[in-house]
Amino acid sequence: MRPAMRVAASSPKAPVPEAPAADAPARSRWSATLVAGCVLAGLVVAVAALSLLWLPYAPDDTSGDRLMPPGAEHLLGTDKLGRDLLTQLMIGARIALTVGAGSVLLGGVLGLLAGLAAGFATRWLDDTVSALLDILIAFPTLLLAMLIVAVRSASLGSAILAIGLGMSAIVARLTRVLVKRVLAQDFVTASRTSGTSWPRVVTEHVLPNIWPTLLVNLALQLGLAVLAEASLSYLGLGPPPPNASWGRMLQEAQATVLTAPVGAVAPGVLLVVLVIGVNLIADGLRDVADPTRRRTR
Amino acid sequence: MSLLDVTGLRVRSAGGRDLVRDLSFTIGPGERLGLIGESGSGKSLTALAVMGLLPSGMTASGSVVLDAPGTGPSEVVGAPERRLNGLRGRAVSVVFQEPLTALDPLMRVGRQLAEPIRRRRRLRGAALRAAVAAALQEVRIAEPGRVARAYPHEISGGQRQRVAIAMALACEPALLIADEPTTALDVTVQAEVLALLGGLVTARGMALLFIGHDLAVVSGITDRVLVLKDGEAVESGTVREIVDAPRHPYTRSLVAGARHLDSALDWTNR
Repeated sequence: MRPAMRVAASSPKAPVPEAPAADAPARSRWSATLVAGCVLAGLVVAVAALSLLWLPYAPDDTSGDRLMPPGAEHLLGTDKLGRDLLTQLMIGARIALTVGAGSVLLGGVLGLLAGLAAGFATRWLDDTVSALLDILIAFPTLLLAMLIVAVRSASLGSAILAIGLGMSAIVARLTRVLVKRVLAQDFVTASRTSGTSWPRVVTEHVLPNIWPTLLVNLALQLGLAVLAEASLSYLGLGPPPPNASWGRMLQEAQATVLTAPVGAVAPGVLLVVLVIGVNLIADGLRDVADPTRRRTR
Repeated sequence: MSLLDVTGLRVRSAGGRDLVRDLSFTIGPGERLGLIGESGSGKSLTALAVMGLLPSGMTASGSVVLDAPGTGPSEVVGAPERRLNGLRGRAVSVVFQEPLTALDPLMRVGRQLAEPIRRRRRLRGAALRAAVAAALQEVRIAEPGRVARAYPHEISGGQRQRVAIAMALACEPALLIADEPTTALDVTVQAEVLALLGGLVTARGMALLFIGHDLAVVSGITDRVLVLKDGEAVESGTVREIVDAPRHPYTRSLVAGARHLDSALDWTNR
């Protein structure tokens, strides 16, 4: 008595449907968003790179007239102390990128390690780490920055430390959820049924599967970190002069925004260009990193 | 001497509920046992308990002894992870129900299949690639080259399950556990995959623990059947005995259901 066999026998033997795809020409790995993002962010990176080689004036050169409009001598004009605005803008790009990259590196590494630990942990360890992360996330980054500045004084390092620590909690919480989701999948169990050890499961299955989401999130965090650095500098908690920062330029230009608008507009525009560029990169990466999206679009 | 000896197995959830109670069965080398029951009857948990892979929070008690050639008799319940890792793959491996989730979506099929082959046979490079192609051919995949380069979402459900079977077989286990391997497939593919699985298990002299909810499917591929209901074994015997003279009401309803489908098909064929 084998009804199932019978069903198969009574119906004409249909060929197994074959899915096309693997031999179809691979789609370009570069999406339009990614290209646009790279162009915008690349512009700021180029300005920052140029600032290492050449600056129109020294950052603390106050020889110019005060609040000059854009002209031949000072391309973007000068600020209220007579410093060249283009010079400050270029140094600001360097500072923004340094703080952004530094805090993403710090937050990414700390967050990934803590998230992996919490993702693999069970019961009390997982609960403890989760509670700690929730507290850290609830704790305002600005307050954390003020505490760190109070202890270490305002500097580039303090800004990176404050933003990176705040970011690590967010990255860790995301990593924890991603790890738990991958570990619950059948393919991890399947891999373990064939005797794969835990370290190999992490490198072969867990990291590759959480990496696309994590990478996109880190790119978004880079944009947020740049904004956070501008906020800290605006409040006077960022790197001190002569390191010009876009945030501090905005703050200094605030009083004269109607008479000399370039001082406020220029750093604002560059800030927006960088953040939009980084966000577009994040969007483009999402399409590139996921093979199921790569071909279906 | 039996390959797998389960005595008084009990699986308890984190909440203290018994999900499997006092389950005992044995499988000898080359034997085929069917584990049949409705969803939630503890079939899959039994399979996971045999591998020492219960979800965290669940605990097993009783005794599960695996005695595969090359590993020696070992108790699975309460064994350390290190000991279990040596058993998994060599003594037992599993084919899961859902072939899409049983394959890593971000890893090409060939690479996933290469992993157990590399570990078991210590091959590398060209020899490893050839072994992967051979393994794919063995499960009747028409274009092994193309499938090996594809991601799991790029091949059909039947092909995915064939790949999963190839991965389980690549470990060359003494006992293969098939946890509803055909439930997610449509009927024609189901029959092909079952025939393939049966043929490969026979050819390699493996023992088979086949888990399912469909008596027709399970009886088609196994010699003996154990009927589970709410975590307890209610009846066991050879396929013939169960089909001809079911004793427990649940078994009777299973047999009646299968017969009903059978006669309905006869009627439409007329």
